[in-house]
Amino acid sequence: MIDWMFHLPAIIVVIPLLSAIIVALLPSRIGWICASISSGLSFWAAIVLTAHMLDAGSLMRMSYFLGGWPPPWGIEFSVDHATTLVILVITGLGFVSTLSSNALLLNDIHSDDRSRFFAAWLLTLGGLLGLVMTADAFNLFVFFEISSLASVTLVAMGSGRDKRALVAAFNYLIIGAIGATFYVIGVGFCYAMTGTLNMVDMANRLPLVTDLVPVYIGLAFMVSGVMVKAAVFPVHFWLPPSYGFAPMAVTSLLAAIATKAALYVLIRIMMTIFGGFPDMPLMIMQWVFIPLALMAILLGTVLAIYEKDAKMMLAQSSVAQIGYIVLGFGVATLAGVQSGFIHIANHAMIKGGMFIGLGGMAIAVAGKTRMTSLAGLGRRMPITSTGFLICGLSLIGVPLTAGFISKFYLVSAIIAAGYWQIAAIVLLSSALSVIYLWRLVETLWFAPADGVETRLPEQAMIYIPLWILAIANIWFGINAGMITGLAKMAATSLFGGMS
Amino acid sequence: MADLLLSHWNYFIVVLLMMIGLFIVISSMNLVKKLVGLSIFQTSVFLLYISLGKIESGTAPIIIKSGHDGHGNMDILYSNPLPHVLILTAIVVGVATTALGLALVLRIKASFNSIEEDEILNVKRAINSRSKSS
Repeated sequence: MIDWMFHLPAIIVVIPLLSAIIVALLPSRIGWICASISSGLSFWAAIVLTAHMLDAGSLMRMSYFLGGWPPPWGIEFSVDHATTLVILVITGLGFVSTLSSNALLLNDIHSDDRSRFFAAWLLTLGGLLGLVMTADAFNLFVFFEISSLASVTLVAMGSGRDKRALVAAFNYLIIGAIGATFYVIGVGFCYAMTGTLNMVDMANRLPLVTDLVPVYIGLAFMVSGVMVKAAVFPVHFWLPPSYGFAPMAVTSLLAAIATKAALYVLIRIMMTIFGGFPDMPLMIMQWVFIPLALMAILLGTVLAIYEKDAKMMLAQSSVAQIGYIVLGFGVATLAGVQSGFIHIANHAMIKGGMFIGLGGMAIAVAGKTRMTSLAGLGRRMPITSTGFLICGLSLIGVPLTAGFISKFYLVSAIIAAGYWQIAAIVLLSSALSVIYLWRLVETLWFAPADGVETRLPEQAMIYIPLWILAIANIWFGINAGMITGLAKMAATSLFGGMS
Repeated sequence: MADLLLSHWNYFIVVLLMMIGLFIVISSMNLVKKLVGLSIFQTSVFLLYISLGKIESGTAPIIIKSGHDGHGNMDILYSNPLPHVLILTAIVVGVATTALGLALVLRIKASFNSIEEDEILNVKRAINSRSKSS
């Protein structure tokens, strides 16, 4: 039993990676079922791991040596409370969106190609999990590329409906590869100065380095590379087209989890690898992260208001929501980092649910997501649209939803740090996000449909996952202690590495 | 300056290649040329790592047994093998990226009938205006 627990960090990552190969070889009919089982198993393993970590106390750190080579020679998978929270979010949302994916795919992908599609799907999931789990700076790059190559493939699958998906996927590939290469350059500088790739080992050796110029150059390259992957403001421009043109199922997966893993890596670099430097990372967080986050919040929200396509609108709003997470990290106090982690979890539930719901409604109009084609669908598909609305209310942060908890913790962290002007901007953008959500509500419920008012068939495999997320949004809005507690432990364990 | 150039010439080449690659990616309109630029950019990073691992008069890191005790000869300088191994992995990643990129270019050529970015942009604009009017 103990032995088995010890292997959990590797098991969680290996399940989707291995089953990707198996699914690719299986007949297409059972591809989806196998993908669901595999992501479900991974989720279950993540729950067991979290329970184990909670039992073990707040400063617990679990280490797994791949191949039995201890660090700094071997690759290490390391789990602390920050890792478990993100792993739980990724596997959970991965599982829910896998459940809904087959119904959402509709005709996007030919039924003979589905097993290969789900192989790429599982590779994305496995790559993102490895990204979060690994404690080796170079291994992280490999997982970055596994997940991004697989997700580029998934985005390109949207070409069956709209050929612009191919161009979006190509740009995503090029920008993603440049971001990853920047990260590798940064790792190269730090490796040259310390001679190690293990994050903790590197963190211990970096303060001993006498010539700090290469270290700071390395930090700059690593952070800018990861920011590309996380779609932080000035380098976010690959995100809206990729999410907009990808098949709906893929958008629900990527929007929920893909950028979250990169955001986690960002804070990990800042607080674990460069934990030994109290000044420089703090300066970057306050003078780079906060302004960029504010611009992302305002720009994403304003662009979402003017967007004519519902799917693109939610993609633009994702840019703003990533801004909220980065803003929380940028405040760089315990409460700020905690609010960042809370929003990582809540935004995954919100956007995952909204894209599943939007996909469920778009199916009725042959997958079109322009506002004009969605008119009146809210009245005609009540189960799906109500679930969608709950997630939408959570997005703008109505009390009793998870989104409110995020905003509450974020704003109180900002005010506690003394930036009341920034808190005002956050509240203003929250108010602005009501506008685009209202445009959706108006189209779905109050706009006249084309003469027909009959109820449309709704698929259980879409509205059940959607309602799981909608109920989770309400549950974690009322009973917030679980997520805020986990996020507090996550932030504490990151700050623990700093001292 | 000249001394620095002579003693660190490999790093200057790395930076030069890096700039060339990145410039091609940004400036070129042709999608295949973009991928070529990306490859040059990645290769420059490979060279950076390989340069790090090389020690002057260092040899391949294979332990040469000497004497009767069977221990390695401590007088021999070895190059650091780890950067080479890392770059072996990075090369594989780079090949996969290029392959996927070229596959996408093929599909783009088939559906847009062009691999020039400005022509593709025109087609995209046409699609945009058509979906607006409908």
